[in-house]
Amino acid sequence: MKTLGLIIVGLVGAVLVSATVNFPPFGDPESPASLHVSPRYLEKTLEETAVPNAVTSVLADYRGFDTMFETTVIFCAGVACFLLLRVPRRRLPRPRQYRHRLTGLTFRIKEGGEVFLPLREFEPVDSIWTPHDFIIEKVCRYLIPFIQLFGLYVIAHGHHSPGGGFQGGVILGASIILLSVSHSLRTALKRMGEKISALFSPVGVFIFAGTGVLCLGLGYRFLDYQALATLLPVGPIMARSYGILLVEVGVGMAVMGTMVWIFKNLASRGRYDEGL
Amino acid sequence: MIWQLDLLILTLVVFCGIGAIMIRDLLGAAILFGAYSFMMCLLWAIMGAVDVAFTEASVGAGVSTVFFIAAVYHTTRRTKD
Repeated sequence: MKTLGLIIVGLVGAVLVSATVNFPPFGDPESPASLHVSPRYLEKTLEETAVPNAVTSVLADYRGFDTMFETTVIFCAGVACFLLLRVPRRRLPRPRQYRHRLTGLTFRIKEGGEVFLPLREFEPVDSIWTPHDFIIEKVCRYLIPFIQLFGLYVIAHGHHSPGGGFQGGVILGASIILLSVSHSLRTALKRMGEKISALFSPVGVFIFAGTGVLCLGLGYRFLDYQALATLLPVGPIMARSYGILLVEVGVGMAVMGTMVWIFKNLASRGRYDEGL
Repeated sequence: MIWQLDLLILTLVVFCGIGAIMIRDLLGAAILFGAYSFMMCLLWAIMGAVDVAFTEASVGAGVSTVFFIAAVYHTTRRTKD
């Protein structure tokens, strides 16, 4: 069976490799893809949408419908992970462990044991032992604000440079994930709870679709951002640029919320008490 | 486009891809898959598709590796086959 699979894979691979010979060469201006649609976008992007980065304008404006459903797919992935993994939290946890903040001593409390500890001086520790590392904690704590600032920059500056809502949202989500990995899941949950992350993804999709419906309501086509010129004190060209920004913010929120949501469900087996 | 660099990265992509399938340790496979994504990101950047490279770096090499490691952390590091 294994050799049969290997033969099939080898044959299909050989067919694919032989098919690549018939591809137009890299950067060929005569290739079918760069004859009709691409020149149109590259030449008209700046005068029609006032966005220098053609990729952003194609993604969010000319092909905005595709991007809207991409965002919906990400939202669906988050919901699927939630439905598969989430289980209700148990009332009484397993044997708990606490660490004294100043000395680093660890205490273990047996099942059902009740001990009153001053919570300012003790912090809960995961039952799977994760070593406490001062350098990693501090470096990550000072790094995370800059990562988040960079994420916001990537979202807001997607018009002019590579980037946009998707990448910026992933960077913002990764900053929360870094907090969870470097400290503990509990710290990350304190900063961004389950409800917040679960709210962010549908709200992002709602902002995207809501922009489209707003355009529809103003008498234009779905996701035709020229309609925003009737609300904003700008011309129809700049209105398209602002519409793209609005949509990118929606994508960023949806992606950030979903990334954090999936990570929390995966890392804590859906229990949200302890994890990676 | 420097063809020597291109060839080097393509070779590394192939090695990382085969390694990710062959290795028996799932944590190692996740890390190799992250390396594969990063090499793909470099390839996109060489070809001038900077937006795609950015997405590949943040999603492929960053977040998806963390997801794999989180899944391995709660299951097992050994594969059955």
